[in-house]
Amino acid sequence: MEEVPHDCPGVSSAQAGRGASCQGCPNQGLCASGAAAAPDPAIEEIKEKMKTVKHKILVLSGKGGVGKSTFSAHLAHGLAEDENTQVALLDIDICGPSIPKIMGLEGEQVHQSGSGWSPVFLEDNLGVMSVGFLLSSPDDAVIWRGPKKNGMIKQFLRDVDWGEVDYLIVDTPPGTSDEHLSAVQYLAAAHIDGAVIITTPQEVSLQDVRKEINFCHKVKLPIIGVVENMSGFTCPKCQKESQIFLPTTGGAEVMCRDLKVPLLGKVPLDPRIGKSCDKGESFFAEAPDSPATLAYRSIIQRIQESCSLRQPKGENLVGS
Amino acid sequence: MEAAAEPGNLAGVRHIILVLSGKGGVGKSTISTELALALRHAGKKGKAVHQCDSGWVPVFVDQEQSISLMSVGFLLEKPDEAVVWRGPKKNALIKQFVSDVAWGQLDYLVVDTPPGTSDEHMAVVDALRPYSPLGALVVTTPQAVSVGDVRRELTFCKKVGLRVIGVVENMSGFVCPHCEECTNIFSRGGGEELARHAGVPFLGSVPLDPELTRSLEEGRDFIQGFPESPAFPALSCIAQKILNEAPVGLS
Repeated sequence: MEEVPHDCPGVSSAQAGRGASCQGCPNQGLCASGAAAAPDPAIEEIKEKMKTVKHKILVLSGKGGVGKSTFSAHLAHGLAEDENTQVALLDIDICGPSIPKIMGLEGEQVHQSGSGWSPVFLEDNLGVMSVGFLLSSPDDAVIWRGPKKNGMIKQFLRDVDWGEVDYLIVDTPPGTSDEHLSAVQYLAAAHIDGAVIITTPQEVSLQDVRKEINFCHKVKLPIIGVVENMSGFTCPKCQKESQIFLPTTGGAEVMCRDLKVPLLGKVPLDPRIGKSCDKGESFFAEAPDSPATLAYRSIIQRIQESCSLRQPKGENLVGS
Repeated sequence: MEAAAEPGNLAGVRHIILVLSGKGGVGKSTISTELALALRHAGKKGKAVHQCDSGWVPVFVDQEQSISLMSVGFLLEKPDEAVVWRGPKKNALIKQFVSDVAWGQLDYLVVDTPPGTSDEHMAVVDALRPYSPLGALVVTTPQAVSVGDVRRELTFCKKVGLRVIGVVENMSGFVCPHCEECTNIFSRGGGEELARHAGVPFLGSVPLDPELTRSLEEGRDFIQGFPESPAFPALSCIAQKILNEAPVGLS
């Protein structure tokens, strides 16, 4: 089910609708007329929808497997511990949606109402949305090209009835491609507080994360800060510390200093984190005294402080 | 029936192996690299192994020119430059990597991929289809969250007609260097169970070894340098299984 030809030059390209590969594409007329290059009306619609959402945070990493979803989920858990704080967690990883499992919501379905799609509520003040909820089997593969993924992300932002939300956390797949561009573009008019970037200490990770930081600069996305995950391991038997993912080039600390972005904190490895995620439970409940929990809480506090400083001037929820 | 492969830059390639995972950060690039090294070590002298994920002209990593590498990384002016491309542009580059690079005579082409089941994966499978790839090596870590994504990757392989050579479970346990206690930091057992569920071979578990990470970061040959490492037997065994599937003929 292809929406665009393989060699699509891109709807905003000068060749849109005119290139050789455009022949036979159902969108050819639209592109050739220039209509496709016009600003997407969804951007305004999303701006309206986002008026009831106070703070929007993107959780990014250039690198896969560093703990973005784990972090997003626990940021949501942490913020939602205050029952007066409304939290929304949006998973825009279309091919590998991990959030339903990590939040213990596998198998839940999305319902439509008059005001749009309803998020799946874990608690009264914690709502979640993911493409995972739209798939009927855990084996289903979402084999979609960029444009279709972008369409899904647009729907998530425009058609989900989030209600009054204090924090919208957007969990992303690794990289700097369609999903990231779409999230930033669709939220462009709605003011994103910023990005929290996750890394592990190794240079292989940092190399990708530097690119992510550059991506943020390119698209003018403020950076709230960097979290260094999997930062050291304490053996449960002998209590001695080892570095599994060696910070051969100084880890996130040196990178943040060089690139002048805040280091929000370092989270050590704790085998109970992975287990909690697999069981769909909050690690904070499972291991409240773990150094990892303490690190997370400190980081969450710093994020809250950063968001309150970024309260946009002249905008408030009670109409202006 | 597929059309016969056009004589082209991949005509001289004997075996093509894709390294895939639904999940990010499970060690695809690590396993690709180690597989390339292990195939070189296990094979006879003079065999050529090339590793590719993107690139232009092969860059030879050793004097004997037995391993070469291609990557979009070589095309960047600065290493921190972000490649902020949507799907169609990525697809075009991948096609060029497959068709426009003078690969020459190769025994193995190992293709490292990003996580997911999207543009890059469809593009590379389409581009390589005429050359009948040996199949896909699918990498996971033991935890359910990883397996949850990798199941979808296995469905992708089925849908696009890509044979699964087997599943590799990476980061399978960490042996404390101080007291030898083995901790399953990322859980255990998921990879084997996944292989059983999907009806594909389980190729083995590779434990966590900080020396492996360090070697990669410093560009050193882990297989050569760390034969005593707990990861070494696992990696060699996986390479041997692939060699058994895809022998390169009489020496």
